[in-house]
Amino acid sequence: MKVTQEIQTSTKIKSNGSALVDQPLLSPKSFESGQEVRWCPGCGDYSILKQMQQILPDLGLKKEDIVFISGIGCSSRFPYYLDTFGMHSIHGRAPAIASGLKATRPELSIWIITGDGDGLSIGGNHMAHVLRRNFDLNILFFNNEIYGLTKGQYSPTSAENSITKSTPYGSLDHPFNPLAFALGADGSFVARSMDRDPKHLQALLKIAHSHKGTSFLEIYQNCNIFNNGAFFVFTEKDSKPVHTIFLEHGAPLVYGVNKEKGIILDGYTPRIVELGENGISTNDLWIHDETDRTKSHILSRFFEDPRVEGNFPRPFGVFYREERSLFEQRIWQQLETVKQKKGLGDLDALIAGNETWVIKE
Amino acid sequence: MSKFIEERKNVVVKFAGDSGDGMQLVGMQFTNNTALIGNDLGTFPDFPAEIRAPQGTIPGVSGFQIHFGSTEIYTPGDACDVLVAMNAAALKSNLTNLKPGGIIIANTDGFDAKNLRLAGYEENPLNNESLQSYLLHKIDITKLTRESLKDNPLGTRDKDRSKNMFVLGFIYWLFNRDIKNTEAFLKRKFINEHDILDANLKTLRAGYNYGDITESIGQRYMVRAAKMEPGKYRSVTGNPALALGLIAASLKSGLKAFYGSYPITPASDILHELAKHKNFDVITFQAEDEIAAICSAIGASYGGNLGITGTSGPGMALKTEALGLAIMLEIPLVVINIQRAGPSTGLPTKTEQADLLQAVYGRNGESPLVVMAASTPSSCFDMAYEAVRIAVEHMTPVVLLSDGYIANGAEPWRFPTSDALPEIKVSIAKEKDAAEQKYLPYQRNEDLVRQWAVPGTSGFEHRIGGLEKEDITGNISYDPENHQKMVKTREAKIERIAKYIPKQTIDQGAEKGRLLILGWGSTYGSIRSAVRDLLEEGYDVAHAHLHYIKPFPENLGEILRNYEKVLIPEINNGQLIRLIRDTFLIPAIGYNKIKGTPITKNELKEQVYSMLSIEKEIASVGEI
Repeated sequence: MKVTQEIQTSTKIKSNGSALVDQPLLSPKSFESGQEVRWCPGCGDYSILKQMQQILPDLGLKKEDIVFISGIGCSSRFPYYLDTFGMHSIHGRAPAIASGLKATRPELSIWIITGDGDGLSIGGNHMAHVLRRNFDLNILFFNNEIYGLTKGQYSPTSAENSITKSTPYGSLDHPFNPLAFALGADGSFVARSMDRDPKHLQALLKIAHSHKGTSFLEIYQNCNIFNNGAFFVFTEKDSKPVHTIFLEHGAPLVYGVNKEKGIILDGYTPRIVELGENGISTNDLWIHDETDRTKSHILSRFFEDPRVEGNFPRPFGVFYREERSLFEQRIWQQLETVKQKKGLGDLDALIAGNETWVIKE
Repeated sequence: MSKFIEERKNVVVKFAGDSGDGMQLVGMQFTNNTALIGNDLGTFPDFPAEIRAPQGTIPGVSGFQIHFGSTEIYTPGDACDVLVAMNAAALKSNLTNLKPGGIIIANTDGFDAKNLRLAGYEENPLNNESLQSYLLHKIDITKLTRESLKDNPLGTRDKDRSKNMFVLGFIYWLFNRDIKNTEAFLKRKFINEHDILDANLKTLRAGYNYGDITESIGQRYMVRAAKMEPGKYRSVTGNPALALGLIAASLKSGLKAFYGSYPITPASDILHELAKHKNFDVITFQAEDEIAAICSAIGASYGGNLGITGTSGPGMALKTEALGLAIMLEIPLVVINIQRAGPSTGLPTKTEQADLLQAVYGRNGESPLVVMAASTPSSCFDMAYEAVRIAVEHMTPVVLLSDGYIANGAEPWRFPTSDALPEIKVSIAKEKDAAEQKYLPYQRNEDLVRQWAVPGTSGFEHRIGGLEKEDITGNISYDPENHQKMVKTREAKIERIAKYIPKQTIDQGAEKGRLLILGWGSTYGSIRSAVRDLLEEGYDVAHAHLHYIKPFPENLGEILRNYEKVLIPEINNGQLIRLIRDTFLIPAIGYNKIKGTPITKNELKEQVYSMLSIEKEIASVGEI
């Protein structure tokens, strides 16, 4: 008995890793599952869900080829609310489940939904490994700097001294810098957006999808119950222009209410400058290059407490992207290579092995 | 010169040396050679957990025991007829297991002052009278190896590495064997290393010729081919057999096999074996940890493939939460546990059957799944195939238990042809089914099995997860009545599988009587051998061996009630016995050995004598 052609072709690998097809037009509404959404009123998750439903019809995917896989936590309820395939799995393990699915079904568009506790605490190990392997997956990392579902303990991204239920006298833990973590694990796409900027979030979701490789998109998400306003300094109108910088590939790093500030690189040291002062123009500024690994690391360190004098603005957008071979493609190529070299497996020959003998009647 | 050749029915040989002495390779080669001449056989490799344990010490001794015969063989043998001791530590740690009058082949070079000191000998046992009840052959294997390689350009250190071939050659001579198949093996193994090949071949022949020319040994032995069922045979060890069973099931079911695993002794050989066979479309994934290993397999199964993970006890402990998820998702999943002695890290290279209750109960919540066990190296093939069949046809995780003893032990295998393997029915929803009615993920058939619908199938989009499901729809449900119903349904679904597994049979002995020995797993060989002897000796005893533990075969209760006593031997502190007592309310008696080694035939016979001797005496008196 030989490996049948049927098995080999039952799963088609498409060169771009996802299925692009002609199909009836889908609308945001066609992605609503009809399940009652059970996040707290005012939760940032609503916005993320809405932006996702908005962009899904534009991705050119068939509904049935989309899979959302989550772990445990508030964010991980996400798959229930989308009328695609979905799995609400166990705490921290979504990347591992997605890995097995993508390895065997490369044509699917797979989205991992996780949070700061799920993705960087209990599931930190899987997060590191999924990033280095570089399957073609999208990871949406909802960061609200708090444990919401367990009702308000500090998380691995909570600031030092956070007063929470489990740290009434202030937390002593040093927080993770999620993007530095992702870059450190050789993530091939590392980006940041926020729940309260729908346009930016939609754009970033689309770019994350279009990237061939593991996309790590951190989304600042407000937990209005246990950590309300954690990111307001970055998301609200009056402070946003001063404390954020929006990255665009090939454009200079400028920010400020009137775009009057910029960042220059002095060797490896970034410095904030005022445009027009000391003869500095946009021509002197750091030009963002998404493909520059070294500079992406420097950008990821724009991570200071915004209350600190002279702090760098918090960057949003794509920090880094590189085209790197996909793990699932390497798996399938190896299968093909071995089949070509050794020929299709013959089960009877395999069972018999190298040395046999016959006992006669 | 011709020497006297004595015929023996069966022989036990133990090769023992330092873990760097190559005794495992010698053992495997001798095993293949033994199989090829048609002897029945059983083997037991016994090696330290350390890759290079301190040289010359007792913990560093690596051994390989083979029992072969012209009669049926079911164990690696209790005591040895021939002991090869490459150094003093190997002699010391194995001597108690040598039969009186047994043959010792000692490498004198391994008995120098340093080796004697490390082994704890005050004086050289080869030179005093301590071994006079044995047949001692002292050979300076190191010196003879170097002499035979005078013309080989390798350095002394490399030359000495072929010492093991001298031993093998000599043992081939002692048992009147042909060395051709080992020559062919060496030529394959060292195809690109001319000098090493030359050294191995020369030393192998030197060992053989030494037997012919030495004056000190006048006796050779031969063991005729066993009377075995006609058919085509090969030699096989448990882990490769298990891997082949998985590949066979993948091809027969048409499901792509995905094996997610994290290296762990003694399960890693399954990963190694599967990784070799990528031309069978097997995907192997060495995950970052045990949890990722099972979760990746769950992901593969969710995608409509054959998700498999394999591990040993400590890894099993880590997988339990994910096992619960697979139970809730009701998707096929095969989980292999090659048990080793525990708890915690325990004795990684020693055998034990102590993960049975973990397999049956070891999860949070009411979490039933199927538990099966392999009993011999070749049965690892059959049970792996069965595990896939049940997992796929009943949409459930299946735990398959094996252990270090059968994983590494070898036996002749009358292997099946692929067309003789049973069908595996796969029922994955297809797009055309969608129009007929809305897909309800937790609607069930008459066997309580839900429909498998996988991503990529239009009209079957649905969400599942670890939260309790509403019956039929699969929506999240916190309803108390629903939870009780679902708990009962999941249990009933597993119990109903009893209809689809073979009825329990009696392996040997009468269908009714005084004593039934009920075993499971790797104790099969010892129980079979003991019961064969006991039946010959006139005892009223029978043997049944379980391969399906959750659910039990439908007729098991009936069988158990046909005997006055039930004895359950296990390499644990009493686990199957708890399940049997609990399920059937019978006063089963345990025989438990927890030493990291198999139960021997004689130990078991002693136990039976002590239980039945009085009855036996009465019976004898009656006959007079």
